[in-house]
Parts: sequence; structure tokens; C-alpha cells
Amino acid sequence: MSDSSVNIVEAPAGVEGAGFFATSLDNLVGLARANSLWPLPFATSCCGIEFMSTMASHYDIGRFGAERLSFSARQADVLMVMGTISKKMAPVVKQVYLQMAEPRWVLSVGACACSGGIFDTYSVLQGIDRIIPVDVYVPGCPPRPEQILDGFMQIQELAKKESTRRRNEPEYKALLASYGIE
Amino acid sequence: MNYQPQDFLPIFVQLAAALAFIVATMVATHSLGPKRHSKKKDDAFECGIESIGDARTPISVKYFLVAILFVLFDIEIVFMYPWAVNFKQLSWNGFYEMLVFMGLLLVGFLYVLKKGILKWEK
Repeated sequence: MSDSSVNIVEAPAGVEGAGFFATSLDNLVGLARANSLWPLPFATSCCGIEFMSTMASHYDIGRFGAERLSFSARQADVLMVMGTISKKMAPVVKQVYLQMAEPRWVLSVGACACSGGIFDTYSVLQGIDRIIPVDVYVPGCPPRPEQILDGFMQIQELAKKESTRRRNEPEYKALLASYGIE
Repeated sequence: MNYQPQDFLPIFVQLAAALAFIVATMVATHSLGPKRHSKKKDDAFECGIESIGDARTPISVKYFLVAILFVLFDIEIVFMYPWAVNFKQLSWNGFYEMLVFMGLLLVGFLYVLKKGILKWEK
């Protein structure tokens, strides 16, 4: 397969010998998760347009195992919030996040989703991290597709390194509790 | 070939293996992996909008009656196509049979009209 033009994911660190390869379950699960993250796009404004080109053939987020968008929260792994979230929209974002199955990651794309951006006003949520825990922030107004891809690759790194126990640990539960999530 | 009942044993073995695989994976996926349940998590997914009411509400029986009537007359048309194709061969005999068939349906149609099925406002 070495002469193939298709990139193959590198094996995680482990013990290798003739005809066998051994590694920890964490590494294996992380590898599988990181390379088959299904995004749930939550696009409300111009960052959503950038996301469209990120999905399309030129930038092609499918190269990272994410070509299968999940428009149901049930099968999604990454919630990609792209665009201005008004205070009226906030409960909707939170409900979508709540209804995603564990493990779930959140990618906040663009200045508006990260901090409210230029909309420093009464009607706009000043960053989605006020309602849900965010894993990776992508700055920019709007960010270029390369930046969105970089943010997505950071999520992949998180997924790869995450311990399979993390979601049951008290730290994670405390984090969710600080957002009022059961 | 002369098959004996015991020759079909492999099929049952395969069936058992398939069922065991399904049960094993379901048990494994339910016990492995993180999950979180709450009232909001287990609600129906309505694109983030809180669900209101029950999807299983009673629907006016008129829709059902119209659908059944449609099926009935659809079947009538289905019978008329082969009759039209073989019109010459079936000759008068086929013609009388179709007359009886369509007459029966027409009587039924008049009956439902009398019953007031197409009166939507009622």
C-alpha cells in the first residue's frame, strides 16, 4: 500500500512484532473516533457559507472522515456552531447539544459564535460558551476554510487523545454541571 | 439429490450465529461507551425546538376513507387496462363481465356518496 496515493492513518504507539500489533484500547478507540467524526452543522450566518466551501470539493472536509454530515443530533459527534447566535437561538443550540449522544465535541466557528463578534448588543449571545462547553474555537470573521479545517483537526487531536473514561470522570460531570446540564 | 432433514442443520447454526452476533453487539454497545440520559436528552429531536404534544394524535377519518376509495377505483383502472388490451379476444363475454364488475363498484360508489363521504364540511 506504500505506493498508493491514498493517505493511510498512522498506527498509534504500540508493541509491534511479526504478524501482530498491540496497543491500548484508548488508542484504538481514539483512532477510530478521530477519523470518523460526523459533524452536525449549526450554521446561522456567513460562517455557514464558508462551511459550504469547506464541505465542497476544493477543501473537502471528507478527507478527514467527516463527509457524512449528520442532521440528526443523535448520530453526530461534533457540533459545529457557525454564525451569530442570538439570545432567542441560544435555547435551540443548547437543546441540540443536549440531544447529542456522548462522546460529543463542540467546534465554535467564527468571531460571533466565539464571543459575539461585532454584535456587542442586547440581542446577541456573547459567545456560545455561555450556554454549552466549547472544545475548539476558530477565530475569524468569517474564518477561511483552511482555518475551519485546522479547527476540525484540533478536534481530531482531542478525540485521539481522549481517555475512554473521560466522560464518566467527576471533572467532566462538574464541567457539565456548571452549564446546568444533567 | 436426496436431502435429509439433518442436512439443513447448517442453516440453523448460521441463524443462531447471526442472532448471537446481533445480541452480543447490542449488549456490548449498551454497556460500553459513555452515555447520558436526561429528560431533554430523551425527548424527540425536533431540530432543537422543544417538542409539544404527542405525534400520535387522532386524524379525521375522512382522510382514511378517501384513501381507501382511491385504492378501490385505482384497482378498477388496473383491471381496465388489460381489458382494453385484450378487448377483441375477450369479446362480448369479457364486456359483460366488466359490466358486472363496474356495476358492483358503481353501486358501492353511490352508497358512499349517499353516506356523505365527500361532504367535507360536515
